[in-house]
Amino acid sequence: MLLGPALAVSAILFTLGVAGVLLRRNAIVIFMCVELMLNAVNLTFVALAQQLGISGQIFVFFVMAVAAAEAAVGLAIILAIFRHKETVDLRNINLLKG
Amino acid sequence: MSLDLSIPRGLLLALLPELVLTGWAMILLLFVAWRHRTTRDLRVAGGITAVALVTTAATVWWLWWNQAGVAGIAQMVAVDDYRWVTDWLFLGAAGLTVLVSFEYLERERLLAPEYYVLLLFAVIGMMLMGGAEDLMVLFLGLELMSIAVYVLAGFDRRNPRAAEAALKYFLIGAFASGFLLYGIALIYGATGTTNLSLVGVQVDSLRLGSDPMLLIGLGLLLVGFAFKVAAVPFHMWAPDVYDGAPTPVTAFMATGVKAAAFAALFRVLTEAFPQAGAWREIVAGLAILTMVAGNLVALAQRSLKRMLAYSSIAHAGYLLVAVATGTSAGTAAFLVYLVAYTLMTLGAFALLAAKGRGGESDVLIDDLAGLASRRPWLAFALAVCMLSLLGFPGTAGFIAKWYILLAAAGVGEWLLAAILVLTSVVSAGYYLPVIMVMYMKPEPFEQAHTGVKLGRLAGVAVAAAVAGILYFGVRPNGLLDLAKETGVGVKPVPTFTVEPSGR
Repeated sequence: MLLGPALAVSAILFTLGVAGVLLRRNAIVIFMCVELMLNAVNLTFVALAQQLGISGQIFVFFVMAVAAAEAAVGLAIILAIFRHKETVDLRNINLLKG
Repeated sequence: MSLDLSIPRGLLLALLPELVLTGWAMILLLFVAWRHRTTRDLRVAGGITAVALVTTAATVWWLWWNQAGVAGIAQMVAVDDYRWVTDWLFLGAAGLTVLVSFEYLERERLLAPEYYVLLLFAVIGMMLMGGAEDLMVLFLGLELMSIAVYVLAGFDRRNPRAAEAALKYFLIGAFASGFLLYGIALIYGATGTTNLSLVGVQVDSLRLGSDPMLLIGLGLLLVGFAFKVAAVPFHMWAPDVYDGAPTPVTAFMATGVKAAAFAALFRVLTEAFPQAGAWREIVAGLAILTMVAGNLVALAQRSLKRMLAYSSIAHAGYLLVAVATGTSAGTAAFLVYLVAYTLMTLGAFALLAAKGRGGESDVLIDDLAGLASRRPWLAFALAVCMLSLLGFPGTAGFIAKWYILLAAAGVGEWLLAAILVLTSVVSAGYYLPVIMVMYMKPEPFEQAHTGVKLGRLAGVAVAAAVAGILYFGVRPNGLLDLAKETGVGVKPVPTFTVEPSGR
């Protein structure tokens, strides 16, 4: 039940996440938007699991575990860049270009 | 040897290479937890890594020799020749990277043996990607590889450029994973399964060729993969990341990581979507854009490292041509090209690591002037790599490009074949100047190349790469036969259909 609305909400959440990644310039906000995308996918899996069986719900656990590992590494990288630059604004992180 | 994946013994045997490598990675992790301060510890860790890679390759060989296969339909992990060949490729790329890293890490004072642990975990992820028979296993392998490589890219913590490269790689990589995952979710929604063969069966039997959910899912999946293989217009991150990362890591990213993404893409498209022809035009379009843009921008580069980065984008375009053909000839050409590309790119980056200091991004092509008179063997090796990248006859690069051309012509993709030839001609405009300055220009000043020193082990890696390039350039038959047998194995065998539960 409620499959259509759940899929619509997750599509909207995913789009918001993509828009945030493309429009925002703060590394941490971008990372939060990526997490929003992953959570939109989780919502899709859970909604589909009503019809397609338990496997959809199991995928959600994998995705959450991966997202947690990614957060650990990602925040460490953001911390490393803050030590060098004293900022996490991507407009000021421009040593590499061309 | 036929394996039954529903009993533990069969499953353990099917996963044996990954399990062996994981065991070694755990041993190495324990080792570096206690010993991680001196150069000696670093050397021992590197030695353990080399042993781990060799034993895993031997395990893969044992399974291949016994003709391991699956009884019935493969769940989760495939057991076929395609997997063994890609495993060897990843292990070989990692092995050459380890040889190059030995002296590099000591020279750049990166005395952290965790480097090798991350390398091993990345290789496990790649092997899972090459063998993934299920979209979820594919995703987990991809993330295992990516997370390890994000850290490797920023491994030189004192260098702000490496930190920036790691940040860009991480943000873009996570973004691409989001697309890939949403694509998987929608394909799961449309077909009721994430098993590649069953997706193929479902698409065929339920006539989902024009189902919007499936097509959107496939499109998102392709976008995710296009980011990972750095196909134009999803390539913006690649030059910056390749430029900023430590050179052995760049070599590993340009060869192993890219090959893993391609191997997985190829298996997904040929097994799960052989009927949905929609992706062929998309992949062909990506291939054209990638070949043209990659080669044209590479022409404008003066830094050797950035030039090699754009060159690897251009080569992704050639590989996409092989993917777009979708025939067994295409599979063989694809695998031969991956082997040739890995050898020549790793050789070129290893030589770049010998020339430069502190990240090597400041080595201009003109800085190589007169290298041939001071270091004739290094100049010769770099010249062979450049000629092979260009696709000069007598090198592995030529043979590989030739087979891709044959495969494209075989399915009547004349436009792709013509653009491949034309852009290869354009690429002479940036590969040949490297050879020209080395052999025809004088040294800018006395002792300009005294600092250029290839360590003994890196020398072995370069020698192996050059020998491979020349050997496969003259006698490609053995490699091609292996790739051809493999090409048959990857085809789907739709024997029975399943209905999704609850529909």
